[in-house]
Amino acid sequence: MLKMTMPINPTYFTLLSALLFSIGMLGIFLNRRSIIIILMSIELLLLSVNINLVAFSAFHQNITGQIFTMFVLTVAAAEAAIGLAILVVFFRNKGSIKVEDTQQLKG
Amino acid sequence: MNLPLLVLILPLLGSLISAICIIGSQNKKAEYISTIFLFLAALASIYIYINIETFKGNFIVYNWINFAQINLYFSIFLDPLTAIMFCVVTIVSSVVHMFSIGYMHEDKFRARFFCYLSLFTFAMLVLVSADNFIQLFLGWEGVGLCSYLLVGYYFHKPSANNAAIKAFLVNRVGDFGYLIAIALIYKYFNSLNFQEVFSNTSTIEKKNLLFLGFEFNLITCICMFLFMAAVGKSAQIGLHVWLPDAMEGPTPVSALIHAATMVTAGVFLVVRCSPIFEYSQFTLNVITYVGLITSLFAASVALLQNDIKKVIAYSTCSQLGYMFFACGISAYSLAMFHLVTHAFFKALLFLGAGCVIHCLHHEQDCNKMGGLYKKLPVTFAFIIIGSIALMGIPPFAGYFSKDLILEYALSIHSFNGTNIYVLGCLGAFLTSVYSTRLIYLTFLNKTNIKTDIFNKIKEPGFTMLFPLFILSIGAIAGGYLFYDIVENNAFWFNSIFTLTEVNYVEEAHHIEKIYKLFPIFLVVLAVIVVLVAYKYVDSLSYLLNYKIKGLVKFLQKKWYFDEIYGFLFVNKLLQLSTFLWTRIDINLIDLKGPIGVSQNIWKAAAYCRKIQNGKVFSYAIVMFTGIVVFVSLIFFN
Repeated sequence: MLKMTMPINPTYFTLLSALLFSIGMLGIFLNRRSIIIILMSIELLLLSVNINLVAFSAFHQNITGQIFTMFVLTVAAAEAAIGLAILVVFFRNKGSIKVEDTQQLKG
Repeated sequence: MNLPLLVLILPLLGSLISAICIIGSQNKKAEYISTIFLFLAALASIYIYINIETFKGNFIVYNWINFAQINLYFSIFLDPLTAIMFCVVTIVSSVVHMFSIGYMHEDKFRARFFCYLSLFTFAMLVLVSADNFIQLFLGWEGVGLCSYLLVGYYFHKPSANNAAIKAFLVNRVGDFGYLIAIALIYKYFNSLNFQEVFSNTSTIEKKNLLFLGFEFNLITCICMFLFMAAVGKSAQIGLHVWLPDAMEGPTPVSALIHAATMVTAGVFLVVRCSPIFEYSQFTLNVITYVGLITSLFAASVALLQNDIKKVIAYSTCSQLGYMFFACGISAYSLAMFHLVTHAFFKALLFLGAGCVIHCLHHEQDCNKMGGLYKKLPVTFAFIIIGSIALMGIPPFAGYFSKDLILEYALSIHSFNGTNIYVLGCLGAFLTSVYSTRLIYLTFLNKTNIKTDIFNKIKEPGFTMLFPLFILSIGAIAGGYLFYDIVENNAFWFNSIFTLTEVNYVEEAHHIEKIYKLFPIFLVVLAVIVVLVAYKYVDSLSYLLNYKIKGLVKFLQKKWYFDEIYGFLFVNKLLQLSTFLWTRIDINLIDLKGPIGVSQNIWKAAAYCRKIQNGKVFSYAIVMFTGIVVFVSLIFFN
């Protein structure tokens, strides 16, 4: 079993992860250009959550968090693949991947 | 076969068949079937009248209304009163049907006319055969409806529509009284059946009704409201304004509805309810004076009307006044006698006028006629018969009935009776003045018709003259044929009730001879005066147009009744309705109500739609903000 030491205060981890999450969130909200950036922002969200999981796994001396991180990474990869596939189809139909063009829900 | 039921069914059947014939415009079928049915009904009712002893009774058709304490039957209550009305209604109706075949033959859609005419007859028969107040009301409204439909028969003419609406609305006033009377009777008698109500009347004679702190005699209240209904239907003064206007309808309609049958329904109601009226001397006095005033008023207006039909309409109004004041002195059988004879000679006059109007292509102004005796001798003869009967010259029908009323009135030696005799004689004088004037202007005067039209005039055909012939028999011999009903009180069985049993004919014979001859003298005098005045007095038109201009205008304007009503009620009501319509209905209820709400919802929806901008990231913001808000609510609560 890996000897885990906890030299850094977990507050910094949570702060970092919250910061990353916020950046990801704002990336989704403020982005007006490309859908790819939305996909990237979603990756950022997942990664910030991963940081939390890993940090608390070390803090609590519990491996479950780190295993869960591996799952999240796998799912994130799959999701990115699907997202990109949708994006390709979308581009074929619309001829562009601008966020402004995705307005078919407009009332 | 149940004969009384047959009398009722035949007109209804004729009406339904005619209604079906409207679809294919099969006018011939409609007119012949309905006419034949009516003639059969007339024969049946004459048979019933002759054999009234065997037919007397109450033929229940079915149990109509049955709840709470009301148990009413739709029935044919056959007593002498009903039998007489059956005779009058079906005979006049059948000849009017026949007359209409000729009169309406230019109308392409006359099946509708015959449908209404038969339906009217049915409603009138329902009215007279009622054994309770509700069935009477059904017939009452039925004849009102048919009157409306027939007056407005020429619906392309605005004046006809207005007249129809006026007739309907004025009758509503009377119906209002009738409904209140029904309510009062139901409240205090617990029954609406004639027999039960009449037999209990004497028990609540002294009962008083407290209303707004005033005490009224209950019976008087009921009677006044019933009389109000009669005033509306029988066009007595105050509610008479619809009758002259109703002349917009085709002439056969005027003959049937506005002379012989429907307008007499008011008299019929008073006679039928005589067991109640007898206990209210106050109402009887009111009836007497309303009748008297009406008979004089209408006769005076008829003096100077130029429309041939309006003269006869006012004459009808006047004669109905005679019937009412006969009721007012408890001489119900005399009123019925006059009703019967009047039905014949007035229908005869109307149909005669119809012949003239038909031959002149719907010209009704008697100033534009004249000299027609050369061209229409047969019609002329019939109109003379009708007029003489109306004036009351013996031995024609009007003499028997009208003079009997006047003589009996004098014989009772009361204040009312003397008034009736004096004013009734004056009425008779006026009657013969306007009748003679009408005949003179229409037939004897120099012709005012264009020569080419005048030369083409010829007598109407058999279908129009035969009805006149039948009615003229009634007008000549009606006095003898129906004399039994006044001479013999036993004839009435129990259908007429008077507090004191009187033999009217005997009483009337007791007055001095001079009083008997006085009315006839007046009538003959009037005829001579009018003929001489029109023939030999050249300054007559000068006299009428300049010397007594005010009076002439007053009479020609019909005592300004329409103007006064227009000022008092119609205009005010119109203003109020216009206000309610434009301000309240359109501006308030519609604009703030359905239209306003829907417009506001529309605007709100347009505003809300902007939220749905279709951009995923703005949905995401909302979603995220929502989650943050709710989560923080949970955490920081």
